[in-house]
Amino acid sequence: MFLFDPFFWEVVISGLLAGVMYALVALGFVLIFKASGIFNFAQGVLALFAALTLVGFQTGQIPFAHLLEALFGLHASHWGEGMNTVLALFLSLVVMIGLAWLIVKIVLRPLVNQEGIILFMATIGLAFVLEGVGDLMWGANVKRLDVGLPEGPSDFLLDNTGMFIEKLEISAAVVAIILVVTLMIFSQYTKMGRALRAVADDHQAALSVGISLETIWWVVWSISGLVALVAGVMWGAKSGVQFSLSLIALKALPVLMLGGFTSIPGAIIGGLMIGVGEKMFEFYIGPMIGGATENWFAYMLALLFLLFRPQGLFGEKIIERV
Amino acid sequence: MKKSIITAMTAFLVSSAVPAAAELVFPLLSYRTGAYAPNGIPIADGFSDYLTLINERDGGIGGEKIKMIECETAYNTEKGVECYESTKGQGSLVYWPLSTGITYQLIPKVTADGIPLHTMGYGRTSAANGKVFSHVFNFPGTYWDAASIITKHMMDVEGGSLKGKKIALVHHNSAYGKEPIRTFEALSEKHEFEFITLPVDHPGQEQKSTWLQVRKERPDFVAMWGWGVMNQVAIKEAASIRYPMDRFIGVWWSSNEGDVLPAGDGATGYKAIALHNTGTDFEIYKDLEKHVISKGLAAGAGDHIGEVLYNRGFMQGALVVEAARTAQKIHGVSNITPAMMRDGMEALKIDQARWAEMGLANYAADINVTCENHGGPGLAAIQQWDAGTQKWTMITDFVGADRSIVDPLILEDSAAYAAENNISERCN
Repeated sequence: MFLFDPFFWEVVISGLLAGVMYALVALGFVLIFKASGIFNFAQGVLALFAALTLVGFQTGQIPFAHLLEALFGLHASHWGEGMNTVLALFLSLVVMIGLAWLIVKIVLRPLVNQEGIILFMATIGLAFVLEGVGDLMWGANVKRLDVGLPEGPSDFLLDNTGMFIEKLEISAAVVAIILVVTLMIFSQYTKMGRALRAVADDHQAALSVGISLETIWWVVWSISGLVALVAGVMWGAKSGVQFSLSLIALKALPVLMLGGFTSIPGAIIGGLMIGVGEKMFEFYIGPMIGGATENWFAYMLALLFLLFRPQGLFGEKIIERV
Repeated sequence: MKKSIITAMTAFLVSSAVPAAAELVFPLLSYRTGAYAPNGIPIADGFSDYLTLINERDGGIGGEKIKMIECETAYNTEKGVECYESTKGQGSLVYWPLSTGITYQLIPKVTADGIPLHTMGYGRTSAANGKVFSHVFNFPGTYWDAASIITKHMMDVEGGSLKGKKIALVHHNSAYGKEPIRTFEALSEKHEFEFITLPVDHPGQEQKSTWLQVRKERPDFVAMWGWGVMNQVAIKEAASIRYPMDRFIGVWWSSNEGDVLPAGDGATGYKAIALHNTGTDFEIYKDLEKHVISKGLAAGAGDHIGEVLYNRGFMQGALVVEAARTAQKIHGVSNITPAMMRDGMEALKIDQARWAEMGLANYAADINVTCENHGGPGLAAIQQWDAGTQKWTMITDFVGADRSIVDPLILEDSAAYAAENNISERCN
């Protein structure tokens, strides 16, 4: 009986924890899509940019050091020992909020009233620009990210259950729960949250009652920046901060297809289902068919759901009246 | 007026397409952007710095200045081919694309164009058979050599026998990652060990299932053919499940400092096969400091010098420069052509005395390329990482592969290629 297989529960728990990591990335997509109808292709790069900035502050790196050296012959890569993690996190968040303001002013405002596909294309361009700027600012080296989160397997779980469960992934799950609860409280019980929901429901109606679309977009992209920072920290702590971090967006796509593009609980449930599904399939079926099934299995599962619920599990049903 | 403008434009285009006389052109197909940039940058910097050193210190090769043309591939096969097509007409003497995917695309092209291709420790292993692959070189070692040498080291650890043991290969799920499987399968038959493969899809950011399989299968050794973030995640996961790191051995592309540093102390004991030594404790690095770094001529920020992949690029530079010298000697001219460069590569010999003259004593094994053997000696050593000192240490001498396994595989694969492409054997 597979339930008594010593690896079964470990696969399930590992899948759930990996799913939380996917959901963290998917959340950023959902927030922006809900509020502005934009599918933000740059969300993975935002997570990379946030993580690069955090490590840069932590290690005292001078931004654009290579460029300054090439232009002015300035031979310095660091301004000092760096700053403590809390301050670095706070300043990284400030940078992400500033970046959100720039994105709204430079990229989105000139494209108001354009088709969704045009805004989507703009975010593809934004992804390339941000990747290049991140490289120029902080360099392309692999960087170790240590924000003080516990690493390695949990000794308690190992001694009592024999399961190797990563403390970092447990931390990620706790952080994700706090983040989602905070976002829900913000969305339900604050004036700004209600304004966000109003814009998400109907742009024109929200504008007619005096809600500033530009401000709302700035707030949404800032929150998305915060989510990107959290995702960047968790993924960066797991695999080091390097440029393939931006590819975690590919893991979020099947989660969104499954959970729906407009639902925060959908992103969480979708992430968990993808996480558990791909791990179970890879562990039990993978060896029989050559392995390396995780990437395509996630998309296959999402496509199966699309056959029955095109809007995803929790997405809003699109009703077109003729 | 119109005629004079056209004449001027034609003159400009001709002058920019043909290298100035007395210039040896070395293209550099690099990747300084994209997911694999952390690996591509130090290699490109090492190569570039070596060529700059030869220009600054020696005035070039045999009195001819070197001109380097860099083209960004982003580790993308299509872009790599575009780079080749756009630079081959500029007098390029030799290509080294640093990608197995690009290599496979370029093999027929370079052969038709008469330009040598050097794939040092990557690419198509059977190209070591010079009788079939006239313009492709993969010295000083191939993936099949690496698989054999890693297996030899495992045997040494086990006291001389792997009978009844289990070896897992965690590999990048690509042409590159699959390259050593045939050799491991042949070795498993000979040495009676069980061999399993655990593929990891690009980019390899999430490997939980792979390492759960490792825990379930309990292999006695794990070999790794990884690249980019896959290496870092694999080493972290192995440390996390407390897999004995001294039984985890990576290929030479899974041994950069950036691969082991993210795992912190957990990476201590991890081993990797090496084509060359690491660090800066060689005479030539004093010249590098004097003629290149202190003059502000270094290719990068100077923060990779002495690292594994920087030294790989540095060695790549040394090998093509020595091959160009050999070509100049063979043909008695200093301004060599790609055809002459090919001859130089095919006659390249670097013994320990020559390595020492180059300021690189004990840097690498002897190089000996012949018409029949483009893979050179097939020698490599095993190095081990210490997170405390953040240094690699060579723990074995340079040793050779099991030729009784590797050579028949090379002959079989190259014969199939020759038959498919109607190639007659040479060197007879």
